[in-house]
Amino acid sequence: MTGACDDCLRRTDLVGALAAWLDVEWRRRTAPAGVLSLPDETLVALDPTGRVTQRYAAFSPARARERIAAAGLIALCRCRAAYPERLLELADPPAVLHVAGDVAALEADESVAIVGARRGTSYGLEVARALGRGLAAAGVPVVSGMALGVDSAAHVGAFEHPAAVPVAVLAGGADVPYPASRRRLYERLVARGCVVSELPPGFVAYRWCFVARNRLIAGLAALTVVVEATERSGSLTTADFAEQLGRSVGAVPGPVTSRFSSGTNTLLAAGAGVVRDTRDVLDLLLGPSSPRVEPAPPAVPIEPRLRRLLDAVERGHGSLAELTSDPEATHRVLQDLTDLELRGLVRREFGGRYVRALDGRP
Amino acid sequence: MTYARVETFAVDGVEARRIQVEADIRLGLPAFTVVGLADKAIREARERVRAAIVNSGYEFPQKRITVNLAPADLRKVGPGFDLPLALVVLAASGQLDGALDDCAVIGELSLTGAVRSVRGALAVAEGVRRHGFARLLLPRSRAREAALVPEIAVLGVEELHEAVEVLRGERDPAPVPPPDRTEPERGEEPDLSDVRGHNGLIPALEVAAAGGHNLFLHGPPGTGKTMLARRLPSLLPPMTPHEAIEVTRLQSIAGLHGGGLVERRPFRSPHHTISASGLVGGGGHPTPGEATLAHHGVLFLDELSEFTRPALEALRQPLEDGRVTIVRGQRVMVLPTRVTLVAASNPCPCGMGESACRCSAADLARHQRRLSGPLLDRIDVSVTVGRPSGAALRDQVAPASAVLRERIVAARERQTLRLEGTGLTCNAQLTARLLRSLADATPAAHAALYALHDRNALSARGHGRILRVARTLADLADCATVTPDHIHQAAALRLDDQSLSLAA
Repeated sequence: MTGACDDCLRRTDLVGALAAWLDVEWRRRTAPAGVLSLPDETLVALDPTGRVTQRYAAFSPARARERIAAAGLIALCRCRAAYPERLLELADPPAVLHVAGDVAALEADESVAIVGARRGTSYGLEVARALGRGLAAAGVPVVSGMALGVDSAAHVGAFEHPAAVPVAVLAGGADVPYPASRRRLYERLVARGCVVSELPPGFVAYRWCFVARNRLIAGLAALTVVVEATERSGSLTTADFAEQLGRSVGAVPGPVTSRFSSGTNTLLAAGAGVVRDTRDVLDLLLGPSSPRVEPAPPAVPIEPRLRRLLDAVERGHGSLAELTSDPEATHRVLQDLTDLELRGLVRREFGGRYVRALDGRP
Repeated sequence: MTYARVETFAVDGVEARRIQVEADIRLGLPAFTVVGLADKAIREARERVRAAIVNSGYEFPQKRITVNLAPADLRKVGPGFDLPLALVVLAASGQLDGALDDCAVIGELSLTGAVRSVRGALAVAEGVRRHGFARLLLPRSRAREAALVPEIAVLGVEELHEAVEVLRGERDPAPVPPPDRTEPERGEEPDLSDVRGHNGLIPALEVAAAGGHNLFLHGPPGTGKTMLARRLPSLLPPMTPHEAIEVTRLQSIAGLHGGGLVERRPFRSPHHTISASGLVGGGGHPTPGEATLAHHGVLFLDELSEFTRPALEALRQPLEDGRVTIVRGQRVMVLPTRVTLVAASNPCPCGMGESACRCSAADLARHQRRLSGPLLDRIDVSVTVGRPSGAALRDQVAPASAVLRERIVAARERQTLRLEGTGLTCNAQLTARLLRSLADATPAAHAALYALHDRNALSARGHGRILRVARTLADLADCATVTPDHIHQAAALRLDDQSLSLAA
């Protein structure tokens, strides 16, 4: 049963009205979660001007429902059965979940969060994309934040499989595509999966909202996988929330020399599950003996010439000048590169550099 | 005699328009009036003309002088009217009675009466011939350029009195140095053999030169993008006489040219702060832009993402059509812009490359959004230019331009033959429709294209671009049909902005 009760709508409105103040408070306490679990009366009293008290008293649930309907959203409150059960395990479950798209996407038993740095490297983006695609193929919904970089790469990867039902959790209103450059991705998410937010429609995110959003990502997913993160990355807070909830955390290993992987390598050192591919994720999620794990496709043998080329690309020598020194032999190399691309072993980046792809197994 | 007329020409865009300068002298308060939509430079010409006439030993009539520039509806600009004005005043005051009817005059005057150089002499000479005049009187420094036009007598002069004497028939005009078609231009043309450590990229340059394909160079600063771009003109086939004349005319109009025929293909690299009208031409009195100055040559846009969007938008159509139409007020002007575009860009705003890059996700997204602009779908060939290793710098020396040019010229000849009757000159200009009928791709090649498409490696737009490049690769290999191998090679040189959307 969908819908939201008056009390929950009123609380959502209150949180929205206090957002600017919470931004200050967040920096003082470092964790907004504690603030969000305070009862309404305490929250109202926090505003010294009294304006929020007036607004709280004058709140009209009917008008709030109108606004939600006008934005094309569905509201689920924590008092109703349709509310995702996993979220109730949070210390501060959001009063109302605003959903754009299909609510059914939230009902899956096992969903996996794939998160990571906004400024991903081509390695991180490629892994996120492969994981998104692999999980979609295994019928596991991918939860992420639709942010630039790893988050959107995971969603884009999921959409490469026709049966994907991905979920995005936004920091602002569920009817506002953020970041704006991911509008097309947002539209696809709404059409095939769903986009959710705890804040009212039209709400523009404050900084604390992104951390609060991360707790929802961790809360919705049975397993959180961090693909690439620096030591200070926000995606590590998602892993923290998952750990607090007692859920599994996985991380993708990266070069120890890369600062873009320092956060994930630290997670691994602290005991997070090692994620090398979709199989590892499914093992973490369902246990090693789970029947849904498909056997790895057999390795396709490739010609020694292509193998050498692939080795060079794997070592990071992806530009034409690095792959050949003889202008006469370049045509052969060009042909072989496309050959490797057609086999899903390399991908051509914008501009013309080749990187290792994870679509096919060497 | 109180009335006289002198013919002159004014450069309007890239063409010379015939202008008649009439003078009428009558009794009245001394005055010197110029009418006929003259700009400030021409109204100031009155002072130069007065001083030049007096300092050359002639008399400036103390009467009421009215000069009319016809046709009256055309705006006249520039200092090239000084000499015609001086001569028409002298003729109307009876100090010069020679045959002026068959002679056009152009030139700027100094106060001493010396004749200064003007721009656009070649365009003027062509106009002179078109209108059936027999002679052209102009500054001597421009005589050699004007003499490129056959069938007209070129009278090069250095002084006002010399001009008068030549017209009176009192002295023979100084002989024009014969047009020297093989005169080497100043400085060596940059040659491909200067390039070290980029041997793997040479086929990309070769394809771009052979098919006239626009080229994208992507890579960190200091890796040699500009160096490679500068060497593309030396790979292009030599200009035909007709092309050389066109380029000479354009450079002369822009004041870039020293005289004689330009043999080298132009290379223009405007700074990224350039405006839209600076790039494609325009302005209150429309002048050719960088795209026109690079006509038949290479237009290099370094730091593509830094150019303003209006400027790049403006360049889009001219690149496609090979010409740009500029409409200002009631005037329509068509300027040629048949260029090979080379665009270069850093991978990110800081330019340091992936491992050392300190750009934020938002910086990177903005950079790529600006890149994915309007020009990318006009670019057929794209390569990453990396930092060559020490060993590569030591061992890899590129072949000389002349070595590659042989094959390029042969490939162009095959294209010319195939494109006969279509009005096109190279594969890069092939439209989707012509491509279908002329590419001559085997069924297997088409199958290879669709396989790429299914692999998600190709956008719909990318389809035609790959086929065009494959056609050029086949031409370079002297192969009548496009085979799957050519398609695969072309695919490894493609530029697709699809990969941009994920990369942020």
